[in-house]
Amino acid sequence: MSDTQPLISCRSLWKLFGHDPVAYLEQKLSGGEVSFDSLQSDGYIPAVRDVSLDIYPGEMLVIMGLSGSGKSTLVRCLSRLIESTSGSITVDGQDLRALDEKGLIDMRRNKMGMVFQNFALLPNRTVLDNVIYPLEMRGQDKHTRRARALEVIKLVGLEGRESYFPRELSGGQQQRVGIARSLAIEPDIWFLDEPFSALDPLIRREMQDEFLRLQALLGKTIVFITHDFDEALRLADRIAIMKDGMVEQVDTPDKIVLQPATPYVARFTEEIERARVVHASFLSEEIVGAPPAGEPLLASSTIHSLARRLVDDTRAVYPLVDDNGQSAGQLNRAVALDVLLGANTASTSPDANTAKDITAASL
Amino acid sequence: MSSNVLSQSGSKPLKGSPLMSNRHVGICILVLGIALALATPLLPAGLQRLPEALVLPFADVINYLFLFIKDDLGFIHVTRGIAGGVESLLDVTANLLYGKRRWPNIGPIPWTTIAVTAGCIGYALGGWRLALLGAGTFVWAALLGQWKWTMETLSVIVVAVPLAVLIGLCLGAAAWRSARVEKILNPMLNIAQSLPHFAYMIPVVVFIGVGPKAGAIVTIIFAVPPMVRMTLLGLRKVPPEVVESGQMCGSTPWQLLRYARIPTARTEILVGVNQVIMQSLAMVVLASFIGMPGLGQKLLQLLQSLKIGRSIEIGITIVLLAIMLDRFSKAWAHRQPEHHERHTAWWYQHRLLLIWIALVAGTFLLSMVLPVAAEIGRRQAFTLSKEFDVIVESLLTFVDPVTLAIRSFLIKDVLIPLRDAYLWLPFSAVIALVAGVAWRIGGRRSAVVCILYVAFIALSGWWDRAMITVYMVSVAVFVSALIGLPLGVWASRSDKRAQRLLVVCDTLQTFPSFIYLIPVIMLFGVNDVAAISAVIVFGTVPMTRYTIEGLRGVAPELLEASDMSGATRWQKLRTVSFPMAVPTIMVGLNQTVMFSLFMVIIAAFIGTQDLGQEMQRALSSTDVGKGLVLGLCVAFMGLLVDHLITRWGSERQRLLGVVS
Repeated sequence: MSDTQPLISCRSLWKLFGHDPVAYLEQKLSGGEVSFDSLQSDGYIPAVRDVSLDIYPGEMLVIMGLSGSGKSTLVRCLSRLIESTSGSITVDGQDLRALDEKGLIDMRRNKMGMVFQNFALLPNRTVLDNVIYPLEMRGQDKHTRRARALEVIKLVGLEGRESYFPRELSGGQQQRVGIARSLAIEPDIWFLDEPFSALDPLIRREMQDEFLRLQALLGKTIVFITHDFDEALRLADRIAIMKDGMVEQVDTPDKIVLQPATPYVARFTEEIERARVVHASFLSEEIVGAPPAGEPLLASSTIHSLARRLVDDTRAVYPLVDDNGQSAGQLNRAVALDVLLGANTASTSPDANTAKDITAASL
Repeated sequence: MSSNVLSQSGSKPLKGSPLMSNRHVGICILVLGIALALATPLLPAGLQRLPEALVLPFADVINYLFLFIKDDLGFIHVTRGIAGGVESLLDVTANLLYGKRRWPNIGPIPWTTIAVTAGCIGYALGGWRLALLGAGTFVWAALLGQWKWTMETLSVIVVAVPLAVLIGLCLGAAAWRSARVEKILNPMLNIAQSLPHFAYMIPVVVFIGVGPKAGAIVTIIFAVPPMVRMTLLGLRKVPPEVVESGQMCGSTPWQLLRYARIPTARTEILVGVNQVIMQSLAMVVLASFIGMPGLGQKLLQLLQSLKIGRSIEIGITIVLLAIMLDRFSKAWAHRQPEHHERHTAWWYQHRLLLIWIALVAGTFLLSMVLPVAAEIGRRQAFTLSKEFDVIVESLLTFVDPVTLAIRSFLIKDVLIPLRDAYLWLPFSAVIALVAGVAWRIGGRRSAVVCILYVAFIALSGWWDRAMITVYMVSVAVFVSALIGLPLGVWASRSDKRAQRLLVVCDTLQTFPSFIYLIPVIMLFGVNDVAAISAVIVFGTVPMTRYTIEGLRGVAPELLEASDMSGATRWQKLRTVSFPMAVPTIMVGLNQTVMFSLFMVIIAAFIGTQDLGQEMQRALSSTDVGKGLVLGLCVAFMGLLVDHLITRWGSERQRLLGVVS
């Protein structure tokens, strides 16, 4: 991925709430290290602290954190719904913070879509008119916008309910309208702010599947916010874990689970059944000498889905192949079994145990 | 009043100077006030009444200012211009509704047409019940031969309401956008909402004159403030996510307001429209004092000549009109959009519109054939006034001895001594008492604000008249609380009772205040007792209503907890329900005071001696300065009470941890 240009890129992004934050932060930053507590004791609320992120085209980045960790503020800085205090944001080569109002509106009309936690539908408009709304703002002619809206409504599976009002729909259906609206203008960048948090667990699961189906179809660049770690693991290409406005770690789910960078991240991953998250490819080793014999395993499968093979097939190493049948290294059975059985030895970071003790003490 | 507030302010001082808390300072000043009051005979004259020399010529200054604005700045041409615009609109509605000979010269629309139109609107808004209410109101007005007056009243409302809504919407949006505008607007709205109706009329008479256009303009001015408030509230309440979603769809700020904010604030804005309509009706009826023809003028004439039967008939028409307008606009505010199933035929989707068109055509044709369907003449009208008079007469002969006894007892043994007591109080003592209470409740700032209010009244030179107003209001509020509180407690015991009484209160609150004078004049004739009774009836409504709402609003867990602690009903009320409900009940008390002030001023025309009476005189001599000074005196009394109660209430809510 690193060979392509990032679509969204932010560097040392800050957002403080309080009196004249820009001047304050400037003065504070020139003095060196800025801690959370020192900001708070000065009467400021630090929502985003020194965040640098790159988001690549077609990637789904999930920003995960507990409530109050600054994830919603971060995404609102990236969409410039709120003005950042300091730092830079580049979207598709343009300096987002330097755009004037017209440029910003233009960018939103053509490149960005957003889905909100509480749906944020206009109560006075039908499903169809809600989906038409962004197209109407753009000034598209009536016929085209109607045709396009119907198309997206069909895509999200709400065909036949075009003339309903939001009030007459269930929560899941309302969020489908929200999704359809955000997709109507065919955005390149798709922000989703806890889109499924307000839904029942069963519906949430169903909507996640629906979302994965849409993403497989559309391949958007996605910034997805959630406070639900399972949801993050299920959906993400990469996860950014936030705490107190700072990004603690940005990595693939495999890495987050097996190599948590900080004690905070380690605590999150503690209860997770690793075998369901870790893929064979992640444990793959270079083939030294002769390639191992026998039937190869698919590198893209999770360790959990290989469980029976790992138990029954007693070879010490298995050859791995990718989805195209090309060789993708080899898998060491012992290492894989460690992951499967939840042992903390093999590739987990050595300081994870001590980290656990620290966090336990701080509790 | 002051004693009432005092007895309930049991809150502990939260912050205070280490030496002396607000509470102690307040009590010290209170003691000073009581000492002054007790030492009255010993006080020098200058402390009893403000020396004449110190009375400031506010009225002259205002008059001078008005003359300057009107003539020297040529503002009169501006107002005449505006009035001309409003008048041409009024001419259109006047032609349509009662056939005044003006463009477009197609009126008058037959009464049957208007009745079926109201019926159709009612049906669309709320089904058969509202349809019946709408059509029934107009049938009643037509059958009783009050058609022309009703239409005169309605023609002004039809013009005034949309204009007031538009102005209110713009001002509200401006205040929402700019904090500075809001800062300027807020105190103006506060004063405007506590100025009595008459205070509005005098400047309008100066600038516009009398008659329907003056009536329309005073109505517009009077009805704008609640619209501003509700617009501001509605726009503030739009969820941030909806705004953000609009932004992410690439809306410009104007598109955001037009397509996202205002539609989402629809309910609040329409509640504002409802308030505009109700205020307009109340004002249009009262505008009869400045020559506005219609139901109000007729009622005024009939009441002055004590024709009770006819007054009752007109009263019923006004009440029906009020209920109809209120229910219609409320139904509109709370209506939710609904979709039609697909492939519904277009005529089915618009069936009501088609039926309406058919009915209008039908009634037009009918009225060509049958003149009665177009207009019911005086001679043809039913009137029940004779029967009403007989009933009232017999009722009065029955209750007269009782009311006479009550009346003479109240006047001789209660009201006159009380009034004398209020008048006997030296102004210095009153200031000290008010300052003491204010300091105790809200600290130094409150004390300064309240002293300024009272000082204005003293300096204006209307002290005695003002004290009479205070006496009438305090008696009325006291009795209102005495009736309203137990009634509210009783009603809140059961869901059904509470619901029913709330509906009754709602309905009573929609009546224009003028209406309340009919029954009391009927029972007590024209005197102080009648005036105070009208105020009491009017003031009891909010008291009851907020008591019910306060008690019903207590969190059920708390009640369950106290049940499980073995509390009896009375203990529960005393220890849980009542303390939790007090902030809400105080809001009711606040409204009761406001309503009472307004009513006392209106009651002036049945012969009181307070500020209202002077205001009537100022109105008849079109003395702007005097009228406004009197109006401000009344407004400041209201604002004083409002300030104290609001301060105390929010402090109390903070203590209870109830977020308002």
